[in-house]
Amino acid sequence: MSKANNAPTEMLPVTQAKNRRWVEFKKNKYLFILSIPTILCLILFYYLPMYGLVIAFQDYKPFLGIMGSKWVGFDQFSRFFNYAFFWRILKNTLLLSVYNLLWGFPAPIILALLLNEVRNQKFKKFVQTVSYMPHFYSTVVVCGLVTMFLAPTGGLITRALSVFGISHNFLADARWFRTLYIASSLWQSTGWGTIIYLAALTNVDPQLYEAAYVDGASRWRCLWSITIPSIAPTIITLLIMNIGSMINVGFERAFLLQTPATYETSEIIATYVYKAGIVNNSFSYGSAVGLFNSVISLILIITANKISAKVSETSLW
Amino acid sequence: MVEKKYTLGWFIRSLVLWLVAAIMLLPLFHIVSVSLSSNVEVLKNTITFWPKGFSLEAYKFILGKPLIYNAYKNTIIYTVTGTLAALFVLTTGAYALSKKRCPFAKPVNFLIMITMFFGGGMIPTYLAVKWLGLLDTLWAIILPTAFSAWNCIIMRSFFASYPAEIEESGRLDGLNDIGVLWYLVLPTSTAVLATIGLFCAVGMWNNFFGPLIYLSDESKYPLQIVLRQLILQSISDGMETGPSLNIAENSIKYGTILVSIIPIIAVYPWLQKYFVKGVMIGSIKG
Repeated sequence: MSKANNAPTEMLPVTQAKNRRWVEFKKNKYLFILSIPTILCLILFYYLPMYGLVIAFQDYKPFLGIMGSKWVGFDQFSRFFNYAFFWRILKNTLLLSVYNLLWGFPAPIILALLLNEVRNQKFKKFVQTVSYMPHFYSTVVVCGLVTMFLAPTGGLITRALSVFGISHNFLADARWFRTLYIASSLWQSTGWGTIIYLAALTNVDPQLYEAAYVDGASRWRCLWSITIPSIAPTIITLLIMNIGSMINVGFERAFLLQTPATYETSEIIATYVYKAGIVNNSFSYGSAVGLFNSVISLILIITANKISAKVSETSLW
Repeated sequence: MVEKKYTLGWFIRSLVLWLVAAIMLLPLFHIVSVSLSSNVEVLKNTITFWPKGFSLEAYKFILGKPLIYNAYKNTIIYTVTGTLAALFVLTTGAYALSKKRCPFAKPVNFLIMITMFFGGGMIPTYLAVKWLGLLDTLWAIILPTAFSAWNCIIMRSFFASYPAEIEESGRLDGLNDIGVLWYLVLPTSTAVLATIGLFCAVGMWNNFFGPLIYLSDESKYPLQIVLRQLILQSISDGMETGPSLNIAENSIKYGTILVSIIPIIAVYPWLQKYFVKGVMIGSIKG
């Protein structure tokens, strides 16, 4: 009896809340209108592709569409795992990402620490300006320069090396691909990478240095005991972010620097996805290989974040 | 603090930094020198960082080629429209989503965050563009990259710290949210607009991946695709360089590279100023 009586009174607040939400929505409808382009972009170019990932589990035929294509479970994945060069591609991807991290991560820190010690502001500004510049060149330009400088006849670097009696076609040698990749990447992004560290360095309390100086600490001592600990949170945050994006090694650079002669070291997951999916139109297979890559990268970033949260109490979320 | 100035450390540090500066700058000198030298000297391979036998023939040749100036025109169109499209999507979205009272702000912000860690990848994105019927159109180049989580978050945090009193005064004057954004907020946010606009413009100018997978019509190719054909694939259709022309192939290649980066060098002082700011905002809030 009492239950039956209570029911309508319990309903009332719900409808009131609904009304209130509608009033609230109408009041703020112009904000909603402003958010529509963003929502559309998100749906069309981010979430529609994520939905499209289901074709990784299908034998997708464009004329049948997603609804009509046959489901094949993990067949596309096992096709990739059984591909003759699966291990080669995976190894190349991992090695290139690890080397890229090992060289590319400390380089800007070292350059920033060097710049931070410079007292001559004009010189500092000059080095900064000059080293930021390659960041703005396109990857096509940078890879084009690498190719031209190393050209067997008349390349700038080829000529310089011939002075020392070295003559070698680096571009067609698979053993040199990773070196060229890392070197061109360092050239392009080291300077730019210093910005964040230089900013963190300006926030270090100068009184710390003065106190250390009074205590008779050397410059090295100051570097290890003051400077580096002060910028450690920045370093760790950037390290997590770099590990997360580590496996997404640049498609463009690998694609533009590779030649059929260097596939042994230069073929990575991203370039393989392009060839399988776009060039050969195996959409399902390409999506499966791409999804494999994204899952690894997701696992990496979550692991990196967990470890860092435990070790240093710095985490991204 | 009293310091000895010319120590061994100072010497090594200066040497390393000068070396870094030289490595960054010398390639540019070489490109300029080769493109400005006479073909005899270029073919003798004697040019390093200063032109010999000054000649503008390479540039006359490059600027007279329909292939190059058509690509140049396309790149300019993609850069201008792409930047405007991105600024439109980002300012409207970031402004709305910076307000808690915006309907669905929470779930949409969450959806934005997810895109930073996971995405459909190359093939599904290509298929989405195909399904939408955008392949081989301008829209395929400018729309998929118009929104980016990173840029949106930078702008959102900027708008979130925008003084509420100004917006309130606008609303008292009878402006709705769109009016407040257009008449009050945007005119006073030129710094962040310039930062993000330059981010997008440089990205568009250098965009290679989009045109590579979405365009097959050669008349729509931007400069980066033509540069790759010319330099990395040595495809020279429509770039006939017979010996009769008296121009070295390398002068043309380097000249084309230089022509493609001159606009960037021209705006470099602004780029540096605004990009550094942009990186800072991103690093604090991101």
